[in-house]
Amino acid sequence: MKKFGALLLVGVLAFSCLLGGCGAKTGGKSSGTIKVGVVNNPPSESGYREANVKDMEAVFSAENGYDLKTAYSLKNDEQLQAAQGFITEGVDYLLISAAETTGWDEVLKKAQEAGIKVYLFDRMIDVDENLYEAAVVSDMAKEGETAVNWLLSQNLAEYNVIHIQGAMGSDAQIGRTGALDEQFAAGTMNKVVQQTATWDEAEAKKIVESVINSGEDFNVIYAENDGMAKGAVAALDEAGITHGVDGQVIVMGFDCNKWALRELLAGAWNYDGQCSPFQAQIISDLIKGNTTASSKKIINEEKGFDAKTITQSDIDTYGLGE
Amino acid sequence: MKNAFKRIFGTGLGQLTIPIISILLLVVFNLIRDPSFFSIGIMHNNDGNIVLAGNLISIINGASELAVLAMGMTLVTAACGGQDISVGAAAAIAGSAFVKVLKSAPAINGGIVVLAFFSACLVAVIFASFNGTLVAVFKIQPMIATLILYTCGRSIAYWINGGATPTVSSPIITGIGSFIPGIPVPTPVIIVLVMAVLFKLLFHFTSLELFTQSVGINGSAARLNGINSTFIKLLSFIILGVCVAVAGCIGVSRLGLINHETLLLDVEMDAILAVAIGGNNLGGGKFKIGGSILGAYVIQMLTITLYAMKVSSTDVKAYKAIVIILLVVIGSPVVKAKFGKFMGNVMKKNKKVPVKGAE
Repeated sequence: MKKFGALLLVGVLAFSCLLGGCGAKTGGKSSGTIKVGVVNNPPSESGYREANVKDMEAVFSAENGYDLKTAYSLKNDEQLQAAQGFITEGVDYLLISAAETTGWDEVLKKAQEAGIKVYLFDRMIDVDENLYEAAVVSDMAKEGETAVNWLLSQNLAEYNVIHIQGAMGSDAQIGRTGALDEQFAAGTMNKVVQQTATWDEAEAKKIVESVINSGEDFNVIYAENDGMAKGAVAALDEAGITHGVDGQVIVMGFDCNKWALRELLAGAWNYDGQCSPFQAQIISDLIKGNTTASSKKIINEEKGFDAKTITQSDIDTYGLGE
Repeated sequence: MKNAFKRIFGTGLGQLTIPIISILLLVVFNLIRDPSFFSIGIMHNNDGNIVLAGNLISIINGASELAVLAMGMTLVTAACGGQDISVGAAAAIAGSAFVKVLKSAPAINGGIVVLAFFSACLVAVIFASFNGTLVAVFKIQPMIATLILYTCGRSIAYWINGGATPTVSSPIITGIGSFIPGIPVPTPVIIVLVMAVLFKLLFHFTSLELFTQSVGINGSAARLNGINSTFIKLLSFIILGVCVAVAGCIGVSRLGLINHETLLLDVEMDAILAVAIGGNNLGGGKFKIGGSILGAYVIQMLTITLYAMKVSSTDVKAYKAIVIILLVVIGSPVVKAKFGKFMGNVMKKNKKVPVKGAE
């Protein structure tokens, strides 16, 4: 009897789910606006994400002819559910920045069956290329190369580098470390120390402090984000070592936060590499047919700023945060 | 001399023996490895002040936030028999409040900084009272009660910031986080000293120490003796709240930047560890704040030593763990008792032959 009851309950549940699903589907595509569903990480994740979310909202606005729906989560399963929800709702385009690279096959196939076009942004997903239209991503390795090429162009007599890494294994760390590791291996630059501060400003300061205390010579600090560069600079300031343009030590950071770019403008730092969160316009152009994708993977063009050439308008245009 | 020796070893290892021995071991190890490790230099910093620098300064300076948190954590541990694992997240909230007030002022001056600090204290105390109420009134285990804030604290800090990493720059903030012009000692070190003195005075002029111990040893017995154990527990959390605000403000002032994701990340574990290395019973009861402060310096010394040895920072945590396991095992009651017995036997044997009737 109990079993029967349980079965009945399951049956009712399944039926109601079906009903619910159908109900949502009938309310699908109708008006002239383009319906876009964005599955993203929450803006609280980082300054990068905050700018990314704002950019999405600005580009896919009602004035531009879009009807934007968003879902934010750091968890892959919640993101999958949200994507599923958007498919059921009947959006025209699905934009995804996935929390994890795996587990997306099923959902993307459903989207394809429903005739929904999928764009990936910021992060790649481990699926067949046919399941999405295009992926607009940053090339972290290229960010590292741009930075290292800039450093080489400074023509220093010798390069003694303190390399402060981000959280080991993250995309940004692997990409930004790669180019510098090549130089270490080739012998063009000396590795004074290579340590991870796991994006922690205070830890970066301790690492630089320990090098200063050991009395070793160094003339370059390559920090894999702005915060860690700031930590490193604090250690230099306390030890009376000059830095920036015409300083004893070259300071390099990444991410282009506004406050970091202001340090560049003041000449206290030398270089800041961009990690662009602005993919929305590229995707919008693709959707509206203004441009066509030459390949499935579109690399978002990223800059590197030099303290000697940066201007206030660069800060206003490319700086993140406030 | 012999009495002192007996006091330390005769009845098992004394409470402060473990942290003192570990500091001595680290000092000896470093002196053998590199005699110049502890050299202290005098130099000019970029603001033109004369400042002290060197590994020793880095250790004492770097451990400041940890030492302040360890003081408060000791009190909570003693009163409640459990630990607050939300101090890192709470410090991020306090730090965010500190920056929020600073940023909302048109110009940063001394008065604003004091106001910002008190706002940070207020916010931290409110959250600490929340934890304290759960523990003291609702009798929830401290680790479970504080797990709530541990989980959501950094999100709350994000809401306060309203952005990723707000920065503040002012000579006063630099003064708090690094050096005050004319004083060669890092300011955070002075703050730790002030906090330690405040605790000493608090214990000297009130019966808080005794009350906390009796509540920790046996709450019901303490209540029967007229001690309001709920209040004592709540008070311990509130005092920890003030410590959290101080630590958060030091952390923010060091770099003039609040990053809610990384400010004092994982510090709660180090703070608990400092309390444990300090020889305090994590189950509550008797405690020595001095032990916890030494514990904080042991942890920082270990980290700086490993950095100086250029141990890859991915490996640092593993090495740290090995040393800490050793310290904690040596400090465990079982080993202490065994060692005490062993020393007792040795002393007895010694006593038989040369000196009779000396004791």
